[in-house]
Amino acid sequence: MMFLLSFWTQDYLILDKTFTLNNYIEAFTQPVYQLLFSRSLYISLTVTFFTVLLAYPMAYFISFYGGNRKALWLFLITIPFWTSYLLRMFLWKVILGYNGVLNSFLLWLEMITEPLTFILYNSNAVIIALTHGWAPFAILPIFVSLEKIDRSLLEASRDLGDGPIKQFFRVILPLSMPGVVGAALIIFIPTVGDYITPKLVGGTDGLMIANMIQVQFSKANNAPLAAALSVSSLVIVAFISIVFVLINKKHLRRY
Amino acid sequence: MNRSNKYLKTFAITYLIFLYAPALLLPIFSFNSSQIIAFPLSGFTTGWFKALLYQETLHEALRNSLIVAASSSIFATILGILASRAASRYYFPGKQFSLTFILAPLVLPEIIVGVSLLIVLIQLGLPLNLWSVVLGHTLLIMPFSILIMNSAFNNLDISLEEASLDLGETPIGTFRRIILPLVYPGIMASLLLGFTLSLDEFIIAFFLTGTETTLPVYIWSLFRFPKQLPATMALGTILIFVSLILLSLGEYFRRRAAKTQTSVM
Repeated sequence: MMFLLSFWTQDYLILDKTFTLNNYIEAFTQPVYQLLFSRSLYISLTVTFFTVLLAYPMAYFISFYGGNRKALWLFLITIPFWTSYLLRMFLWKVILGYNGVLNSFLLWLEMITEPLTFILYNSNAVIIALTHGWAPFAILPIFVSLEKIDRSLLEASRDLGDGPIKQFFRVILPLSMPGVVGAALIIFIPTVGDYITPKLVGGTDGLMIANMIQVQFSKANNAPLAAALSVSSLVIVAFISIVFVLINKKHLRRY
Repeated sequence: MNRSNKYLKTFAITYLIFLYAPALLLPIFSFNSSQIIAFPLSGFTTGWFKALLYQETLHEALRNSLIVAASSSIFATILGILASRAASRYYFPGKQFSLTFILAPLVLPEIIVGVSLLIVLIQLGLPLNLWSVVLGHTLLIMPFSILIMNSAFNNLDISLEEASLDLGETPIGTFRRIILPLVYPGIMASLLLGFTLSLDEFIIAFFLTGTETTLPVYIWSLFRFPKQLPATMALGTILIFVSLILLSLGEYFRRRAAKTQTSVM
């Protein structure tokens, strides 16, 4: 088993031995790669932000008002996500397209007179599709951390004179931060490297680093550069994740 | 308090509709007679499902996918059993480290797993075929298997093993007659989850497959032909139902696992 996993380090070794650093220099200096890296990070961070923002109230609702139907709510949330990821992302293309479901539906209802064009084949489409695709990965960790909060703390804060809003920001939110941090990481890390979504709904303006890696690998036949791009994105992702965790550790320790 | 409750509930329901929107479109348009996926609907047909029956490449892709899903879920579960057995009963140096390391693919972007495996396979001069996909998927599923098997083994009371050994059972007999039956629901859950994950996985299969395509890779190739869209939707509808059945089974075994353990205690 360790043999299987030694792949990760082996990769770097092979690259370091056989090739020079030119691939890395290219990966970091060529404007096209810089653009793709920054766009991937922008999309991924936006998706993370919105997914967590939308997931928090949902998890909050289930945890505090779910009553004895918590399990049912969670089950309902996870069902759509057991359908093929590929098909789900493809369906967003069908929904958001020029003659797509959303546009034709709105035209049919005569709510709009012309199809909306800002929602397909750009970063917005990628962001919408990914925000949908990763929702349960945010809801579940936040739900778990909300469930862990001792309800007597809430009573205590109410008894001590905190209103609902104050209570939320001073007690609930800080105590559920581990779930929020976990959710953010779970979404941020894989979405940076997502290939399917930008390829299907991103058009040319929404392509991300993973698409370039694939192109370098197959069509451009430049595997070392593709590998260098992969390693670079891995390092960038790891760096941002670590910084994010460290910031929040400080933040968490205050409470 | 009551008012905020109402707002939250409205939000929750709206959000749920957003989450369901794409999945609900699949069955709607797979029965729609028009070739164009748009409103208004034009008529009811089951023709798209019938069309699926006559696609040779689809059947081949399906068979490949089933082979890959079955073998990789079995391999991953066996490795998962061994790893969690070792982790739950024995101490060895670097245990925590290797456990964390094994779980690494869980948080790596899949494209990187795919690329790394491809590089390694090419460097080793191995051919790209279904078995390379099996290898990739085993690696992908293993963390999940280990997590499931870990909880199954951790819930296992060590005194049961000791009792069986004291009563004269050999270690192999104990494993077969005491441990396996008790962690059996965990094994089933791991197999089913692995099967579903592998059946749905695209990127690794896309990178590692040679000429033999798996189902997701086949679906991917269909996206280029607008004529095939409704048939693809029909295929998707079937897939949803199959994965729902598999998952309900998985959930059933997981619950039974929880029950067995509490009744043994």
